[in-house]
Amino acid sequence: MIGARVERREDERLLTGKGRYIDDLDIPDALAAAFLRSPNAHARILNIDASAARELPGVVAVFSGADLMEIQKPLAPKVLHPKLKDLPRLPMPPEEVHFVGEPVAVVVAESRYIAEDALDLIDVDWEVLPAIASTAAALAPGAPLANSKADGNVAVLLTQHAGDPDEAMRTAPHTLSEDFFVMRGGGHSMETRGTAARFDPATGQVTIWDNTQSPHYARQQLSTIYEMAEDDIRVIAPPDVGGGFGPKAQFYGEEVVIPWVAMKIGRAVKWIEDRQENFSSTMMERSQTHHMRVAFDDDGMLLAIHDVIEHDQGAYCAGLQVPSITTSTVPGPYKIPNIHTELRACYTNMVPTSSVRGAGRPQAVFAMERMMDRIAEHLGLDPAEVRTRNLIKKEEMPYQVGITFRDGSPLTYDSGDFPRLLSGTLERFGYRDARAEQAKLREQGRYVGIGLAAYVEGCGLGPYEGAKVRLTNKGKILVTLAAAPQGQGYETVYAQIASDAIGLDMDHIEVRTGDTSKIPFGQGTFASRITATAGPAVHNAAGEMRSRLADTAAQLLGGDPCDVSFEGDLACLGGDLEKSVSLLDIARVANIGKHGITLPKGIRAGLETSSYFAPERAAYASGAHAALVEVDPETGGVTILRYVIGHDCGNVINPLLVDGQVLGGFAHGIGNAMYEEPVYDAEGQPQAASYLDYALVSATEVPNAELFHIHTPSPLNPLGVKGAGEGGTIPAPAAIANAVEDALRPFRARVNRAPVTPCRIVEAIYGDDLTPPEGPQ
Amino acid sequence: MKPGRFAYHAPRELDEALALLKEYGDEAKVLAGGQSLMPILNFRLTQIEHLIDINRLGGGLDEPRVEADTITIPALVRQRQVERSAAMARALPILTDALRVVAHPQIRNRGTICGSLAHADPAAELPSVMAALDARFTIVSADGVRTLDAAEFFVFHLTTALDAEEMLLEVTIDRPPEGTYSAFHEFATRHGDFALAGVAVTCALDDAGVVTGCRVAAAGIAPTPQRLSAVEGLATGNRLDEALLAEIDAAARAEADPTSDIHASAAYRGRLTGVLVKRALADVRTQQEAAHA
Amino acid sequence: MPEIDDGHRISVTVNGTVREEVVEDRLTLADFLRERLRLTGTHLGCEHGVCGACTVLVDGDAVRSCLMLAVQSDGTRIETVESLAEDGRLNSLQEAFRRNHALQCGFCTSGFLMSVTAALREAPVRDEEQAREVLSGNICRCTGYTGLVKAVLEADAERKDTAR
Repeated sequence: MIGARVERREDERLLTGKGRYIDDLDIPDALAAAFLRSPNAHARILNIDASAARELPGVVAVFSGADLMEIQKPLAPKVLHPKLKDLPRLPMPPEEVHFVGEPVAVVVAESRYIAEDALDLIDVDWEVLPAIASTAAALAPGAPLANSKADGNVAVLLTQHAGDPDEAMRTAPHTLSEDFFVMRGGGHSMETRGTAARFDPATGQVTIWDNTQSPHYARQQLSTIYEMAEDDIRVIAPPDVGGGFGPKAQFYGEEVVIPWVAMKIGRAVKWIEDRQENFSSTMMERSQTHHMRVAFDDDGMLLAIHDVIEHDQGAYCAGLQVPSITTSTVPGPYKIPNIHTELRACYTNMVPTSSVRGAGRPQAVFAMERMMDRIAEHLGLDPAEVRTRNLIKKEEMPYQVGITFRDGSPLTYDSGDFPRLLSGTLERFGYRDARAEQAKLREQGRYVGIGLAAYVEGCGLGPYEGAKVRLTNKGKILVTLAAAPQGQGYETVYAQIASDAIGLDMDHIEVRTGDTSKIPFGQGTFASRITATAGPAVHNAAGEMRSRLADTAAQLLGGDPCDVSFEGDLACLGGDLEKSVSLLDIARVANIGKHGITLPKGIRAGLETSSYFAPERAAYASGAHAALVEVDPETGGVTILRYVIGHDCGNVINPLLVDGQVLGGFAHGIGNAMYEEPVYDAEGQPQAASYLDYALVSATEVPNAELFHIHTPSPLNPLGVKGAGEGGTIPAPAAIANAVEDALRPFRARVNRAPVTPCRIVEAIYGDDLTPPEGPQ
Repeated sequence: MKPGRFAYHAPRELDEALALLKEYGDEAKVLAGGQSLMPILNFRLTQIEHLIDINRLGGGLDEPRVEADTITIPALVRQRQVERSAAMARALPILTDALRVVAHPQIRNRGTICGSLAHADPAAELPSVMAALDARFTIVSADGVRTLDAAEFFVFHLTTALDAEEMLLEVTIDRPPEGTYSAFHEFATRHGDFALAGVAVTCALDDAGVVTGCRVAAAGIAPTPQRLSAVEGLATGNRLDEALLAEIDAAARAEADPTSDIHASAAYRGRLTGVLVKRALADVRTQQEAAHA
Repeated sequence: MPEIDDGHRISVTVNGTVREEVVEDRLTLADFLRERLRLTGTHLGCEHGVCGACTVLVDGDAVRSCLMLAVQSDGTRIETVESLAEDGRLNSLQEAFRRNHALQCGFCTSGFLMSVTAALREAPVRDEEQAREVLSGNICRCTGYTGLVKAVLEADAERKDTAR
């Protein structure tokens, strides 16, 4: 079944309106919660008066941060660094808020309608403080503090070196520098966040439904904050979650407050975030500025890169993964003997930044790939040729880049064939012909451009991920994953893997996910890691289950385990249906047993296996994109005429689903390339706070993309798989920016910024004044 | 994003609706298509005490009247109705063209023509189309009727001349005479978005292609639809050849008085207006040439 | 969801069944379907009319149920995603979605199914460009639309075949 284009089991219920998302679950007598959120980017809370709110009919309780001091403990950053100046991020701060949308009080009422009415009745006295709304503002000398508890606005300064970049820059025949500014955006899964909880006094256990991407992480945080045993906290990611993309993998104050309040008032409580809250209060990626310098020789061979990165960390460090991934992604698929990356992450008064599909890599690829084009332009060489010359070759794998990856290990690419990937993309794109066509069209006064972008993507991260496999007493094989899906098709994919490992039809295999009470250990779905970690875990656990089933069947049938194979749900000896036992029979003997009667000789009780796979280090997927665009210089309108995606995620379990991931990621990448921009004003107020202003791509904005795969299996896991969730997104802004600048070469217009918008294109051509440049119009 | 509390009224007769408006005035809003009002209520951007749903009003308010000399669109005519009407397409092709880029069918199924006008979003398409068509806006209240033209009706960003007690009953457009050509051109970020700038043009051309009369209204560049009278002056009495169009491009850019926002700068919008006016007039010229071919 | 309010009596046909209910002034049609009638297939993605996840058919027209009040649906005929399957089997549009991997997380799917159902009833789809236009009133964050485009074209082709 591995490698088979199997249609998804999930689809039946999702197509008939029977999906079970958190707001669909039947939680009888659940009250509705709503959060009062700060309208100020930086302010002190002087007083909260909720008396009128409490008196509103239908309101059951109102709590401010000060009413819940017992849970006001800092939420740990997901990814740390010893040099990080961490500032406490409280679940619902009682004293000082640091971004518009930070929760300061919660209302629990008979309905969400009433809860929102109550919010309007809560009176807060604020002392508004100066707000920092950009990294430039954060780093300016004498800048006010984004957080009164800090002594500056710098979160961390991290430098990585390989070789001797200063010397290389000094002695190089050519150097170029440029500043690039990349603004990304939010995850904007169609389903917002949500948490519901019910405490059972009889058992002392709290059940929490939470559409998080990391149920075990959430449980661990709550166990610490609530001072409860982890086994008394059950976190369930509902069977259906409407998209994650990163923001739901973080841990938020609301996830602490809601279950606690449910426990306090002895009622089930449900909070479903609305889109307005999602815009202000769900974590996103925002801006990075790359001050990029490259050194190269006359042949365009890279000698050194020097990248100083300013990263907007937001009001708190919820995790350092995004900027640290950026620093290690900059070198990409190229041989670069001397590397200097310098990260300056700053605190600002906007919602904390954290991973959104791509997780810091699009920004790095933008800087590097824009520079590769500039190198080509500088030397009068073809951009594809310059890239090809610099690519790491297949024979050089595993390849040590010289710096460290976020997982702490030396950045080492496990496998890949970058030259084959790029040449495959160029061939399918018809690169040579496209260049000829471009020249002809330029003569006709049309502005057509070609943009390339290549990247390497660390994925399949540790520390581990696990699976349990059990023969149920109904004679089915149940695979239990800690990982929680948001549309990736786990119920199908992991049944495929288990099917192959056991040698059993998929029909007899079920997959369950995301419930901390069903499997004790897990990390979560993020960073394109689950296929490469849960995949091998399922493979191993299912393989062991095969042995257990074969041993048991062999005992019952009087044969050799090696002769056991499965026909439907029957374990047969030598393929003989007469000599068989069903899975149900096996369960009766080894699981259920006969009360008081000795287990038959040679049978081991309890058919359950488990496996936790801990990869040695990250695996590396890779890709190469090519875009053909036409730009209308009068309006700045961009039409994507052709787009080719070359992708390598190692071995593929289900091609139908992997293609879906790549093409879905590509649409998100187009959004980042041309449309999405979470704008804030100088006071830290979100300006693009609804879908009327924040543009998500629809079917008319996404071009058809031709997608092809090559497969360089990863040596780091027995399935040879890598990650596929983010590859489509990562290089798209770079490819589009490269193509647009290429189209506008006659104007010598520069594209140094993403998203590339019509307004910015026209400004790049004509400058801010209205004087046209000399040259073709 | 649940709306705040209000009392819901669904009058059956216009008089009833107007009486309610008179009584509740400032604390009330009229609900027609709801495609602009409901988001505002869901975001709680405005607090109302009374919602007056006019969708149950009889009296032919849901049928356009296409007559020999005039076309009248009453308050409950849905955008989709007009879009699908062959009679409307013949009478007012610019309206049909503009409707194709108004949001999406799901919005146009409920949204009304008059509702969009009463909402007066500067980036919406319909206000500028009505300005180019020199539409007359019939306003009713319990105390009477009055009629305004587009310049009087559209006052500011999201603001019309409607008093709290008044309702837009219908818009009336004189049927454009023979030899009138029109075009609507806009540039938006995505299909269906509000325009970064849009231009509605109606032009009367004689058999020689000389402009005898012309109205040019721009959307998305000012708090209300902006008639570009300098452009109209340049075009009138002349043929729309390339040289004139280049001049008009520059004139439109100069005359436009755009605003900057998070989507585009004023300079860009001004430049875009010039380009769109040029293209709309070129479109008009092409239509006239085809008609006389 | 009890409220301390007088209500309005409405009679609305939902998926072929007449429902007589009393609804509060401000209850949206989306919340009425989801909470009162427990037809949770219709989803709330934005509550301001852009994402389309809440799309249902009202008297045959695709509308955003987050922008209508329940009380406005009195006397209307409403179809939600739960009405599409025929005798518990996926209809041809739903099958086309599945075959073409036109859904991943599934949250937007109901809205797409209803929008496309209305569009295909109204007119055939000319080509891929028009298929994309038909789809442009709904947002999907997962699939990138390729599977949806194929599903629309296949479903349209099947309609044409059946009509012959």
